[in-house]
Amino acid sequence: MELTLNRPLRRSFMKGLLGTTSFWMAAGSTQWAEALAAETAAQSYQPAFFDMKEYQFLEAASDRLFPSDHNSPGGKALGVAEFIDRQMQTPYGHGENWYMSGPFQQGPANLGYQLPFVPRDLYRKGIAGVETYARQHYGKEFAALAAVQQDEILTVLEGGSVQLGEIPGRVFFEQLRTNTLEGVFADPLYGGNRGLAGWVMLGFPGARADFMDWVNQEGAPYPIGPVSISGETA
Amino acid sequence: MGKKHVDAIIVGAGWAGAILAKELTEAGLSVVMLERGAERTTQIEGAYPDSIDELRGAVRKRLFQNLSQSTVTIRNTMDQTALPYRQLSAFLPGEGVGGAGLHWSGVHFRVAPEDLRLRSSVVERYGEKFIPEGMNLQDYGVTYEDLEPFFDKAEKVFGTSGEAYKVQGKIVGNGNVFSPDRSSDFPLPVMKDTFSASIFRDAAKNAGYHPYALPAANASRQYTNTYGCQMGPCNFCGYCSGYDCYLYSKASPNVNILPALRQDPRFSLIPNAHVLRVDLDSTKTKATGVTYLDTKTRKETSLSADLVILGAFQFNNVHLMLVSGIGKPYDPVSNTGTVGRNFVYQTITSSRVWLPSSTYTNQFVGAGGAGVAIDDFNSMNFDHGPLGFVGGSPVWVNQAGMKPIAAATGAGGGGTPRWGSAYKDALINTYKHSLGIDAHGSNMAYRDVYLDLDPTWKDAYGQPLLRMTFTWKDNDIRMNQYVVSKIEPVARAMGATKMNLVHLNPGQPFDTRKYQTTHLGGGAIMGENPQTSALNRYLQSWDVSNVFVIGSNAFPQGMGYNPTGMVAALAYWAAHHIRTTYLKSPGPLVQA
Ligand SMILES: Cc1cc2nc3c(=O)[nH]c(=O)nc-3n(C[C@H](O)[C@H](O)[C@H](O)COP(=O)(O)OP(=O)(O)OC[C@H]3O[C@@H](n4cnc5c(N)ncnc54)[C@H](O)[C@@H]3O)c2cc1C
Ligand code: SF4
Repeated sequence: MELTLNRPLRRSFMKGLLGTTSFWMAAGSTQWAEALAAETAAQSYQPAFFDMKEYQFLEAASDRLFPSDHNSPGGKALGVAEFIDRQMQTPYGHGENWYMSGPFQQGPANLGYQLPFVPRDLYRKGIAGVETYARQHYGKEFAALAAVQQDEILTVLEGGSVQLGEIPGRVFFEQLRTNTLEGVFADPLYGGNRGLAGWVMLGFPGARADFMDWVNQEGAPYPIGPVSISGETA
Repeated sequence: MGKKHVDAIIVGAGWAGAILAKELTEAGLSVVMLERGAERTTQIEGAYPDSIDELRGAVRKRLFQNLSQSTVTIRNTMDQTALPYRQLSAFLPGEGVGGAGLHWSGVHFRVAPEDLRLRSSVVERYGEKFIPEGMNLQDYGVTYEDLEPFFDKAEKVFGTSGEAYKVQGKIVGNGNVFSPDRSSDFPLPVMKDTFSASIFRDAAKNAGYHPYALPAANASRQYTNTYGCQMGPCNFCGYCSGYDCYLYSKASPNVNILPALRQDPRFSLIPNAHVLRVDLDSTKTKATGVTYLDTKTRKETSLSADLVILGAFQFNNVHLMLVSGIGKPYDPVSNTGTVGRNFVYQTITSSRVWLPSSTYTNQFVGAGGAGVAIDDFNSMNFDHGPLGFVGGSPVWVNQAGMKPIAAATGAGGGGTPRWGSAYKDALINTYKHSLGIDAHGSNMAYRDVYLDLDPTWKDAYGQPLLRMTFTWKDNDIRMNQYVVSKIEPVARAMGATKMNLVHLNPGQPFDTRKYQTTHLGGGAIMGENPQTSALNRYLQSWDVSNVFVIGSNAFPQGMGYNPTGMVAALAYWAAHHIRTTYLKSPGPLVQA
């Protein structure tokens, strides 16, 4: 299925906004610059943390976890790989808000994550592990496999029967699933949810954040499309 | 080498700390407030549109505690090794000026009067034998009548919206028929019902229950509070729980108290000041001040004070008491000591109800404190005799603003796909056409559920982490199951096409990976007997009389309601007795 992301429209809209709604800039929204940077970069994004192979894995895997279908574009077109790459450069990617002091002792699953790895490690080691698995079982790298084969691998990881070197397959799967869905549904400021297509799919109005008249409309659908933090609409 | 001396030190800049700081400066004391986290104001952190950002807000949790510096360890049973709580999930403690009060939801309850004397109530109705073996059921040592003026005072500071049932003995409105008499009405009119809440209200009423609007510290209209602080009307923006309110509509220490305090020359606030311990004199019966670390410069400073108030949140208060040597640590084996005893939480299960595809629930519309509840199965409002458990749950529809990342990551499972096209179809249906109904219940205290210091793991400052030993027990599981069973007929009457009723299961251990609530309680409880409580009825340490410990740590057991209304009332209650009695003649307010 071909995507209609309205890129040219979006681009001119952004330019228009920059010229008119200066009050956001005046109010000190540091995210403007980031938003515009994201915009210009979107089509030729150069990953900073992942190498090209890893990046292709992310594009392929996110496109199976969140496939393109009659409801919306898939993870690849929505920019999930770019989103995850950019997240790896934040404190989150470095695990700076996690308690990472040892000793690291494993215990029952319900006592939570106990590995000595931050998200950057989980991806580096996890992707390598999946590629090894793909080559062993299918003779090719993940991105080169057919969709059904990619789904088989993801299903096995989710099921928890595979260990990817130091990382349980299920831990990697959950990390990837969570970040993929974040990339689909976070504000486009962070590189994913291109064209606000994730939000359009759900009927979520984004940063409107004003429902004074919509507290109770007896079950009618909210009529206005989404707006992003940088002022993009869809 | 004179240390700097002040009249009173307050540890923590949340609700508890802010209330005490306000009261003590009003009493003429010089007050220094120490907060381990950063300075925070709505003008900066809350500004639109940056604050309307799910990833940065509730997902990356920018306003919550940074676990890399300090956390807790958790185990379910005493024979396990407790492991560190490495990633924020089950509960989300606050950090920074305002504490969790900056990013709470705003459901603002008083208390069910019988919950304050739960042991006495249960024994009077069902006899001593009704209390299961190992359950430490206790009274608070205060009554609703004692606290009523302070609930009233807090609501007028918070700008609470609600609908009263009884004021000064007269039935005045459509409020909660189970709620006790009030000296005055809510300061603000009730919040509107969202569509989801309105259909729950109708169905619950038709089923013979008594629906009422949740009391909300979200302002239903413009308000100027007791301290001259202003709030604007809430527009149901839906970025409420886990966010600071860009409209100054959700009550917070930052909006409702600190603006007044900051103008008082007797008050000073030091952010990035992590209190390491309360310093005691050689007798261990008097605090001389506190020692804190400037987390930016890593410099340690000792301050001396006549009075030390701990308002660092439930488990941090217990941690500070343990590392400082205030009171006797609880030992579950010998059943002696009090600090760490009666650690409790909140049972909560969220069920889901799907409506026909022509009906849109617009779940992104909502306010943290708004909703409709029933109390028919809360507290002592129903006959526990044939049921054989203690406690209860309000049941409610509290549509606080469901955003897409939370909806998407939580969707699927239980036999349905968690990714792929079928998952997407189901997610869309759930997001557009469903609503949640929660059973938000009590949690009793047990002899082997407690807090102490971990033998292995340390915080960034070299102090032992606090260790939680906690799991769900049979009494509370059965309570939850009973209450959830009452949801089904109501959901059918709402027009459910499908429902997923969620309850706790026998033997199900506490799971640290899934958000439940941040309504942790107990561990340094109030009471009338120093053998079974760490604090007296004025929240004063039995052992170190110039230390008062304010927070949900004082609750002997977890109640069905959200805790903050009770915490605020206890804070004003304790402050009142400090001002009227303690300051005139410092010493124990109750003889041990
Ligand atoms: C998402 C969310 C939603 C909630 N919704 C509701 C609700 O709807 N209704 C309700 O009743 N309750 C709710 N709560 C709970 C509510 O936020 C707390 O009950 C309340 O904020 C507790 O106030 P406190 O002052 O005791 O502690 P806190 O607000 O936690 O403040 C304690 C402060 O002390 C600081 N501190 C801790 N240790 C130290 C130290 N060693 N040195 C210096 N400073 C220290 C902390 O950084 C913090 O700022 C919610 C909580 C969360 C997280
Ligand atoms: S829902 Fe209301 S109170 Fe909550 S953050 Fe939005 S405007 Fe503020």
